[in-house]
Amino acid sequence: MSKKTLIVVGNGMVGHHFLEQFCASPAAADFEIIVFGEEKQLAYDRVHLSEYFGGSSHADLAMGTLEWYTEQGIQLHLNEQVTGINRENRTLETPRGSYRYDELVLSTGSYPFVPPIKGNDRPHCLVYRTLDDLDAIHASSEGARTGVVVGGGLLGLEAANALKSLGLEAHVVEFAPRLMPVQLDADGGALLRHKIEELGVQVHTEKATTAITEGEDARLRMNFSDESFLETDLIVFSAGIRPQDALARASGLEIGERGGIAIDNHCTTSDPHVHAIGECALWEQKIFGLVAPGYTMARTLSSALNGDRETAFTGADMSTKLKLLGVDVGSIGDAHAQTPGARNIRFNDERAGHYRRMVISEDGKTLLGAILVGDNSHYDTLLQYALNGITLPENPETLILPESQGGAPALGPDALPETASICSCHNVTKGDICGAIDAGCSDLGSVKAETKASTGCGGCTALLKNVVDSELEKRGVEVSKDLCEHFPYSRQELFHLVKVNGIRTFRTLISQHGKGHGCDICKPAVASILATCWNEHILATDHVPLQDTNDTFMANMQKNGTYSIVPRIPGGEITPDKLIVLGEVAKEYDLYTKITGGQRVDLFGATLSQLPDIWEKLIAAGFETGHAYGKSLRTVKSCVGNTWCRYGVQDSVGMAIRLEDRYKGLRAPHKVKMAVSGCTRECAEAQSKDFGVIATENGWNLYVCGNGGMRPRHADLFATDLSDEELIRTIDRVVMFYVRTADRLQRTSVWMENLEGGLEYLKQVVLEDSLGIGAELEEHMEGIVGTYQCEWKTAVEDPEKRKRFREFVNAPSQCDPVQEWTVERGQRRPVLESA
Amino acid sequence: MKPRTRWEAVCTVDDLVPESGIAVWTEEGPVAVFYLPHRLPALFAISHTDPFSGANVLARGITGDLKGEPVVASPLYKQHFSLLTGVCLEDDTVRVKTYPVLLDGNQIRLEVRANQRESIAA
Repeated sequence: MSKKTLIVVGNGMVGHHFLEQFCASPAAADFEIIVFGEEKQLAYDRVHLSEYFGGSSHADLAMGTLEWYTEQGIQLHLNEQVTGINRENRTLETPRGSYRYDELVLSTGSYPFVPPIKGNDRPHCLVYRTLDDLDAIHASSEGARTGVVVGGGLLGLEAANALKSLGLEAHVVEFAPRLMPVQLDADGGALLRHKIEELGVQVHTEKATTAITEGEDARLRMNFSDESFLETDLIVFSAGIRPQDALARASGLEIGERGGIAIDNHCTTSDPHVHAIGECALWEQKIFGLVAPGYTMARTLSSALNGDRETAFTGADMSTKLKLLGVDVGSIGDAHAQTPGARNIRFNDERAGHYRRMVISEDGKTLLGAILVGDNSHYDTLLQYALNGITLPENPETLILPESQGGAPALGPDALPETASICSCHNVTKGDICGAIDAGCSDLGSVKAETKASTGCGGCTALLKNVVDSELEKRGVEVSKDLCEHFPYSRQELFHLVKVNGIRTFRTLISQHGKGHGCDICKPAVASILATCWNEHILATDHVPLQDTNDTFMANMQKNGTYSIVPRIPGGEITPDKLIVLGEVAKEYDLYTKITGGQRVDLFGATLSQLPDIWEKLIAAGFETGHAYGKSLRTVKSCVGNTWCRYGVQDSVGMAIRLEDRYKGLRAPHKVKMAVSGCTRECAEAQSKDFGVIATENGWNLYVCGNGGMRPRHADLFATDLSDEELIRTIDRVVMFYVRTADRLQRTSVWMENLEGGLEYLKQVVLEDSLGIGAELEEHMEGIVGTYQCEWKTAVEDPEKRKRFREFVNAPSQCDPVQEWTVERGQRRPVLESA
Repeated sequence: MKPRTRWEAVCTVDDLVPESGIAVWTEEGPVAVFYLPHRLPALFAISHTDPFSGANVLARGITGDLKGEPVVASPLYKQHFSLLTGVCLEDDTVRVKTYPVLLDGNQIRLEVRANQRESIAA
């Protein structure tokens, strides 16, 4: 049997998606496929068009490759416009020839609507839809200073972003009284306008353009109905889209009153051999101007051509979540509360620039719609409530209140029904994901590969991960919390085992509660637990082999195998004499010297065997170890405080030294940093530390669980106006609770984020003593403070411990041959490159 | 032909650290000697040079076992090396040299290549 012919007219995102779906289906074997594209490029991602000016090329935006089309045996005719369809003969015409079809798919998309304004055909009046349009805008921007976008909708704001990235002064002119009138209400539109104007885009609402004439100071002048005018060098029309239905219209197919090729539930037009999908198609008098519904139509049609009459297009959710000029905007369902009886809950924080509105049903049980501006973090949860008709909590307002105000945490993946749509681009439900896991997918990557979830716009990535993790956990696959293969326990569980059973060595712990001989994961973790519980010297014989090299040799190993040394300088306060000793020692051993971010001095390039000699000299001068190598307190940074500073209200240096002396040496799940600022100017940057203290007129404000580094986190205000004693008691409790409950290598910031109940819970435990363990935590801390010893002092005084610092035990005078040096900016540095 | 070797005395039992490693200098360069008293045999010797960084640091890594295989983790970039074969568990194309090691009375001896002078003399 000879093959039938399937012709697809239009090679946009939806047309391409249809080909992907259809070529993977059984029916593909029965058809020759011919594709016509009017543009000269292969289908590309129009959603991210504005990235073209940000440096993306067509290749970056392309949906597929020429190779793929070749592999599928598709005849691709780009840059070839179809000029007519003869439905009787089932042929279509192009300037290059005539082609016969058995089935015809129209995915011709839409074209930008240009309002009928006099002068709209002048040079430098442009549209924003295709890569060619963008090239034209780029060309027009040469020598231009300003640009105007006509239309303040979603695409208009995208276009304004494009003008801005071309370096133009961008204006948006909108006929309606607000931006994005379809998706937003007055308050949301006003906030979006404010934010966009802050970014330098000027917004003009309620402006009807009457004519475009030649400008005086710029190329063009726009005259408005209120007699005002605006001069600009170029104009981009982005006032909506219209379905590209000219071909269908000319061939006599049924067309909607306001345009659009009418289709049924299987995407077939009034001619059973002609089908239409995407923005050119009209379903129940509705046009869908988003990519996800277009994809759904593409899948529906592919199924229909495979003889599947069950799968039907039944409309689509028009909710959108986007970032326009960097501003989060979200709109869900019935955002304008048009459902009879609908009620509103609004949260409007003009200071932070967050607006959230929920539209709920009359009985208060279901979410009908929502509007978000400024922060889309609530979008996923709200969308799931709306799409799946999940019953709202008793106080639905908690869903949009800030979390610190008692707002509800995100909807857990467990609460979602099987039918919940997780990825709307590829129509993947929670049920599909469960199916993939049951069929053998055991991690996020394989679930993505199997279901294609999260490979479209990527907006569902976080939700997908939550669902996959939760489902894996349910199946016992977990997402194991075991420390490693030797211990089937979390760090917190091991802590309890050690504490409750009075275990003092690794060997006892592993023989009673683990298996094997341990590894570089569990050994340091257990060493840290043992140190916290019993505070014995880390070089005690039983503990030596448990430590990371930095702990074992009480220095920080650098890339060539040498070490750096950081003596403690509490609060960053140091006498000139001590500073001179640091200089003298550095000079004697030729150590590269650098000031650290924690107000200390780091000396680099000491060999293993030099460490005890160097420390002997430092200890003699009154220095102590700085624990820069340990998972323990590093520094307490401070500003100079009220002893010198004319603004200071408390003695921040004194408090910093007191805190540093109190908590030095304490072993924790990870390093701990603190800082004390002497006034609200916050020169010590305390809010980026695990524990930050800021002086007030009445005492101290305590902030907890901040972080700098890779994932900065602002510390949370924990307690205010504390006395010295209250401050220390509060820090004692929080530190000890962290040490006891955190995971291995978990900084306080991550610990807080994972702590069930969060900041409020921690406040209850520490400030209100809700668990009744306050006294115990303080007592434990007192015990640790009382048994502090400078590890280096103990080590240099003990000949047995010093033996550990021999570089080669049989050749004391042998230098390590790979430690070669060069001089840079007057100091020594290693020449060793990674092998 | 197998190159000539000899059993070089490198240190004594007192120099060893249980469950950990020490570094010794041999005619072949730096070697790490590990003492795992809860295993039989209890002595292992591999090159002290970490192939990923080029630094002489492997004796200062944490020892342990992974799926029963005795290993040391490089203290620099944390790759694991088998103490039996020297093969890197994360990248089996990388391997460090292993040395036969034995306890001779109180002496720890390694089998190293005899140097040229000795070969000629022998």
